[in-house]
Amino acid sequence: MDWLFNFPFEVNLDTDAIDQAVRGFAASYSSFFDGIKSALTNFVGAINWVFSYIPWFALIGIVFFLSWKAHRRIRSGIFYSLLLCVIGAFGLWGLMNLTLSIVLAGVIIALVIGLPIGVLISGSEHANRIVRPILDMMQTMPVFVYLIPAVIFFGMGSASAVIATVIYSMVPVIRLTSLGIRQVNAEVVEAACSFGSTRAQLLFKVQVPQALPTIMTGINQTLMMAMSMVVTCSMIGARGLGNEVLIAVNRIEISRGFVAGSAVVILAIILDRLTQGWFSKKEESGGEEN
Amino acid sequence: MSDIIIETRNLSKLYGLRRDEAVEMLSKGADKDGVLRKTGVTTALYDINLNIPRGEIFVIIGLSGSGKSTLVRCFNRLNRPSSGSILFDGVDLMKMSKHELLEFRRHKAAMVFQSFGLMSHRNVLGNVAYGLEVCGVSREERETRAMEAISLVGLEGWEKATIESLSGGMRQRVGLARALANDPEVLLMDEPFSALDPLVRNDMQFELMDLQKKLNKTIIFITHDINEAFKLGDTVAIMRDGRLEQVDTPAAMSQHPANDYVRTFIDGADKTRVLSVCDIMLKPACLVRLTDSITHAIREMQTNGVSSVYVRGQSMRLKGILTIDEAVRAHREDLSIADVLQADISTVPEDTLVSDVLPLAAGARVPIAVVDESGALKGIVTKAAVLSSML
Repeated sequence: MDWLFNFPFEVNLDTDAIDQAVRGFAASYSSFFDGIKSALTNFVGAINWVFSYIPWFALIGIVFFLSWKAHRRIRSGIFYSLLLCVIGAFGLWGLMNLTLSIVLAGVIIALVIGLPIGVLISGSEHANRIVRPILDMMQTMPVFVYLIPAVIFFGMGSASAVIATVIYSMVPVIRLTSLGIRQVNAEVVEAACSFGSTRAQLLFKVQVPQALPTIMTGINQTLMMAMSMVVTCSMIGARGLGNEVLIAVNRIEISRGFVAGSAVVILAIILDRLTQGWFSKKEESGGEEN
Repeated sequence: MSDIIIETRNLSKLYGLRRDEAVEMLSKGADKDGVLRKTGVTTALYDINLNIPRGEIFVIIGLSGSGKSTLVRCFNRLNRPSSGSILFDGVDLMKMSKHELLEFRRHKAAMVFQSFGLMSHRNVLGNVAYGLEVCGVSREERETRAMEAISLVGLEGWEKATIESLSGGMRQRVGLARALANDPEVLLMDEPFSALDPLVRNDMQFELMDLQKKLNKTIIFITHDINEAFKLGDTVAIMRDGRLEQVDTPAAMSQHPANDYVRTFIDGADKTRVLSVCDIMLKPACLVRLTDSITHAIREMQTNGVSSVYVRGQSMRLKGILTIDEAVRAHREDLSIADVLQADISTVPEDTLVSDVLPLAAGARVPIAVVDESGALKGIVTKAAVLSSML
């Protein structure tokens, strides 16, 4: 009865050959990948350079002001700037800046690529049919699987971390941009067309502004996804808070892990509330002038 | 410039793959359902031939699914007809290039939508100025022109308001102002008042007629409400299953419906608002001159079996009414018609709507006289004629 429960045949994948091929590919186009690598490293470095020139009190002041304006309560301003002080008090200020640089670099690239793709697949059923399965794959493929080729092509370091972050975090902004534009009231689109809008006018004067709340949710989600990659990325050589967590895990230092982990959470909360508060404020002010 | 602004020739719009087969079936008189069953083709419009006169309110009416919205969207090519042609001032819309079509939409025809189609991310001014903005009009000029349109529809002071803060009626005013801001030749209105409550709808209808008089635009108005159609329309076109049933003036249509469908459709209409007194007036059977003798007047009434007679002066000018009682008294006392004439009688102009003479007719003991501008008697309206016109 074995034949009923054992799958009848097996294909022997020559994994060695595949690995060889990938390595060979990486080696023969190394100048290309090195170019990308140095561009990404420089991008992260530039952001980090900016952060390193912002004095600690100025950053706290910015967070205070933005969250106060976003939530229109001085209480939230105080709360979120105190949270930021906690990170500083833990002695993680420099590491936080490193982490922020990689996350922001990843998010900026994800938005630059993701927003146009979202717009494209909102307007074309063909493009949608091609892109959708790719998005599904990007979302469900275990992160570690593409960490390996990333390291092969771009080596250990922030460049690989940025690429992994981009792949992982780009999906929500694409999906929600497309969804937002598709959900714009058909009569509004018709009205815009009836007044002789060109394709570009329709997109930038009507569809994108009307879809903005949904697009903003996508951007917020992309930011959160990027934050969730912080620890994973430290495995391929990204420095920063994630690396602290990784070291703590390796050495089983509970308190060190906890402190660094809390800093990641705090950073995520601040980024989330700042972006979210800002968008919902925009929506509210729409109905305010009654 | 001819009097016809839009002309359609054999306009058809079919959805589906086997359209040639469907056209053949339709040309042999098959109906929409039969065509759909046999070929899977949906007939939205078939063989529409219309002439829309310049400066009119042209109403297209039909039940939902009759193709009226599809038709109006053909006039600015939001829908592309499958076959046939649409001539706008003699230019075929179907042969326009992309650029020409944009220019056409920007300057010639503007549309007003059932659920307004307003952009919630812009305030009233931003919405009204949109059409000018896409034409590339400078900010200053478009805001000036948008403000003019806003004041035309009576929304001054609201230009900075958000769309969410407006009521339905006000939102549609914004929609109307947006369409007017571009100063188009034709306004296409797709059931613009259907989403409004009855009182607001009434106001808007009135204001639309007022605006039309002021601006003298051609308006193509879609509705499913026969009363609205008859109230607004100079000409009304009834559609059914993608075909035209009848195109006529409201009065002609209610007096001579082309077929049973039209008859049932307009049965719901209040005809007293369509018919004017000249549609129901009679020629007075007996009439005497001011200079006639009393005996002649009495004899006239006797022969015609009536108890009062209208008295005219020179060239049919109405002088008054003479009742039999007064005539007999005059005969006994040897007076002339002029002495016993009842001069202050109620008269109505020819174009008065029947609905407006209802209260007068209800209280009248004698027929109402219909006169033209010079005061000449054109006919009389009896109580019976008024009341029977309501049926």
